[in-house]
Amino acid sequence: MLNFQSTPEPISRLIEEFNKLPGIGPKSAARLTYYLLRMPEGDARALAEAVLAVKENVMLCSVCQNITVADPCSICNNTQRDHSITCIVEEPLDILAIERTRKYSGVYHVLHGVISPADGIGPDDLKIKELLTRIQNDDVKEIILATNPNLEGEATAMYIQRLIAPLGIRVTRLARGLPAGGDLEYADEITLTRALEGRQEF
Amino acid sequence: MAKPRVYKTEAIVLKRSNLGEADKILVIYTPNLGKIRAVAKGVRRSKSKLGGNVETLIHSSMMLAQGRNLDIITQSQTIDSFLPLRSDLWRTSCALYTAELVDRFTEEHIENYPVYRLLLDTIKNIIEEEDVNRLLRHFEIRLLGYLGYKPELKTCIHCKKALEPVENYFSASGGGTLCPACRLAEPAVRPLSLNALKVMRLLQQSSYQQASRVKLNEGLSKELEAIMRSYITYILEREVKSVQFLDELRRPQNYQS
Ligand SMILES: [Zn+2]
Ligand SMILES: [Zn+2]
Repeated sequence: MLNFQSTPEPISRLIEEFNKLPGIGPKSAARLTYYLLRMPEGDARALAEAVLAVKENVMLCSVCQNITVADPCSICNNTQRDHSITCIVEEPLDILAIERTRKYSGVYHVLHGVISPADGIGPDDLKIKELLTRIQNDDVKEIILATNPNLEGEATAMYIQRLIAPLGIRVTRLARGLPAGGDLEYADEITLTRALEGRQEF
Repeated sequence: MAKPRVYKTEAIVLKRSNLGEADKILVIYTPNLGKIRAVAKGVRRSKSKLGGNVETLIHSSMMLAQGRNLDIITQSQTIDSFLPLRSDLWRTSCALYTAELVDRFTEEHIENYPVYRLLLDTIKNIIEEEDVNRLLRHFEIRLLGYLGYKPELKTCIHCKKALEPVENYFSASGGGTLCPACRLAEPAVRPLSLNALKVMRLLQQSSYQQASRVKLNEGLSKELEAIMRSYITYILEREVKSVQFLDELRRPQNYQS
């Protein structure tokens, strides 16, 4: 461990703040702090202002719960997009990944997490109530469940499917199968079984 | 048991959490090394070879290398992924509950083979079991026994007399049963019906195959669940988190108001 006592207070304070960030241990926190120390003042100020701007100007879209600077967000506000299809994702970053494909023209709904019973994260901790209100009011014809293909993602997808089933809306799940560029021999049993189940006419 | 620098073990993945950009920390339970926390590197990238071989509730054969803080999983080959479990939300959640109990009740690096065997058998049985609640009660009472919390079900924990075939009382703080005369000897006791007492004895003494011959009606099933839950909460000094989700799944759907 680093000895914070011998370090000037403003420096140890910044190290501690960096240390709170995901994936940053005490050593990386110290390295970042000393890097900032040598930075021109203008650059440091720009960084500080960018951090504040994120907190002050960014909010959640009241429709899809994505992070946005204007409410509703640019996707929800876009009349060119198909508002009858809603793709449900765990995190805002998942939207960026799907948008990069340029193959999807529907809208989104961000859950901000997944059901994880052992961590005490249940349906009430996610944006599921917002989803239900939304699909009951809007004219939604299809829900695409795009949670991650792991146990928590599957559990969340199954839970939402169960809730939506009585509404008679079409519910689809992203195909789960082999990653492009991978070797069949390295595929695990779950992936391979799902790939077989999801096979298509060639 | 001392570990070599690189070692191979069977393991059941109890839980996972994200670490950094693409790694996960896994809590695994092994037959001879007990509970281990280990890192699976790069596993969140879709091309990772570890991929589904280190998924939650996987039974697999792993190679690990000792790291400075946490050991590192270098290879994993699935033995059983319990695939039918994964497409059933209720059964998945029940299996997660058994994994959480093992995680909460055990310390790292303490071997307990019976616990490993019990967990593995229970997860397998959850897939096809018609009365999952009975299976969970068997799991709980056996697990507590293997960990030194076997509830006393033969004699009164206060006066030590053999229990009469009447309604007795269960004391979480005393770790067992009180006769009607002694029921004030411990705080917060709950009534324990004769049928519930008999079933608890049976579950405690038998393999699940034998225990599964007894049929539990809904009232008895609820009574046993409440007793076991109070006892487990008392020992752990907190609620088991995944229980909340099991309750949620059993509630009539209250979202479509
Ligand atoms: Zn939006
Ligand atoms: Zn007594």
